[in-house]
Amino acid sequence: MEAPLLRVEHLAKAYGQVVTARDVSFDVAAGEALGVVGPNGAGKSTLLNLVTGTARSDGGTLLLDGQDVTRWSAPRRSAAGVGRSYQVPRPFAGMTVFENVLVGARFGGGHGGREARRLAIDALERTGMAHLANTPAGRLRLLDRKRLELARALATGPRLILLDEIAGGLTDAELPELVALVAELRDAGLAVVWIEHIVHALLQVVDRLMCLALGDVVAIGDPATVMRDPRVVEVYLGSTVDPGPAAAS
Amino acid sequence: MSAVTDVRRRGGRASMVGSGLLVVAVLVLALWVPYNVSLGTLSSLVGLFVLVILGTTWNLMAGYAGMVSIGQQAFIGIGGYGVIHLADAVGLPVLGAVVAAAVVCGAVAWATSFLVFRLAGGYFAIGTWVVAEVVKLLTTQVDALGGGSGLSLGAFQGADRVARVATVYWLGLTLAVVVVLATFALMRSRVGLGLTAIRDDPTAASGLGVPVDRSKRIVYVASSAGVGLAGALTALNTLRVTPDSIFSVGFTASMIFVVLIGGIGTIEGPIVGAVVSFVLQDRLADLGSLYLVVLGVVAIVVVLLAPRGLWGLVTRVTDVHLFPLVHTVRREASED
Repeated sequence: MEAPLLRVEHLAKAYGQVVTARDVSFDVAAGEALGVVGPNGAGKSTLLNLVTGTARSDGGTLLLDGQDVTRWSAPRRSAAGVGRSYQVPRPFAGMTVFENVLVGARFGGGHGGREARRLAIDALERTGMAHLANTPAGRLRLLDRKRLELARALATGPRLILLDEIAGGLTDAELPELVALVAELRDAGLAVVWIEHIVHALLQVVDRLMCLALGDVVAIGDPATVMRDPRVVEVYLGSTVDPGPAAAS
Repeated sequence: MSAVTDVRRRGGRASMVGSGLLVVAVLVLALWVPYNVSLGTLSSLVGLFVLVILGTTWNLMAGYAGMVSIGQQAFIGIGGYGVIHLADAVGLPVLGAVVAAAVVCGAVAWATSFLVFRLAGGYFAIGTWVVAEVVKLLTTQVDALGGGSGLSLGAFQGADRVARVATVYWLGLTLAVVVVLATFALMRSRVGLGLTAIRDDPTAASGLGVPVDRSKRIVYVASSAGVGLAGALTALNTLRVTPDSIFSVGFTASMIFVVLIGGIGTIEGPIVGAVVSFVLQDRLADLGSLYLVVLGVVAIVVVLLAPRGLWGLVTRVTDVHLFPLVHTVRREASED
């Protein structure tokens, strides 16, 4: 068994009195998809910020492929293969869709002009956005902005991809496409960490599931077992766990 | 499924014609104007070149890297004092002194960037102004720089007036062209792509691997060196610098005016803005302080009616790009 691609050990982060990560530990292997669930304010997005380097942790260690990256800057981690999508899309509004993706290929991907352009177009085709290549990103509707998040991250050539609620807002017809794409990335050998409220979509792909609440790991392991865990059920009291496609609205 | 895909980065026919006209305009300025206008007009045209440089460099910072500085007069001053000191006291040839003054500006910008880059947004703007005031106050304390009364340029003494004005004019035109083309080249490069991303969303840019601080520093240093060229040019044209004149915040005000009028975030905008600003200055010179009122009214009207500046109006109705930066992806289904 080879070392996991991402290993998170005793990660801690607090904003003043608000603890968003308290001794969080988990790992993800290449070719594995880890789902992350938890109520609002559980610290899910903060966790991604800590892994990408957008936020600095107060304590703990991050190992990428066995290498300690805890003190690395966000651009350096991107170059090392960490890609992410934001829950609230952050397009470069004044640039075209193609140029948005090109940024990922040239910087995070570290490729020269011609190769970067090819990879950018490739990423647009994989995410079904090629027909929008020349559209200014500021004019995209929400759904396409979410796709753009994914395309940009893919263009960096990531080994680890962190997805933050990319399924929210998708129609029932679009959901299977997205699920298939994430499964394809995982099968291609990427390590995937996917935060999602639409649990039935998540459960179709992920190999393991982690439940977070108030900065703590409540449970982690086999998805079905985690979903039945009494502590997980308790965390979700007052919010709803979506049990299957029938309940999707 | 497969498609032939091609990425282009040039404008259409109208853009080619436009770029051609711009080249003609530069040639007319270089070859016809000097022999057909008065010396006074030639000398005042140097002011136009200064405005083009100032607008282009300020736009590079604010329009492409999102850094709004109101302290760029620091580098006008260092450029102006620098060229006189380096030419007279150190004895460099004038052209060498101009380049060396710009290098000094770049070095000072690099050093002060570690200070002002700790500040964001409005604090950054104020911080740069504070740096400019400090530089000015320090200058007045140095006797070798003339203290409070400034310096006069000695290098041109004894030179023929016609030759002197013509030299400064051609130097100014050359520097303006070089600064605009260098900015264009920078924005077409990888650095330019990263800068545009930083302008739109620094956090996302950083997450995609763009070195945000380093890119901003490159721009701050390059832009300030460019401003140094404008300062050196101003000193050569007026033959004299005083702390109050060459460190005037009015220079930064005109940079902002030029960029706002012409259109922020485009290479063409500051050139258009510089021409408009220069014509207004020339026509309204007799009005005294009423001139400032007119400038204010023009700025307000343009910002209200054309938020993307005069060049923004042009690109809204036509597809003309004199300095094409945008990538256009063309896809054609393959034959097989």
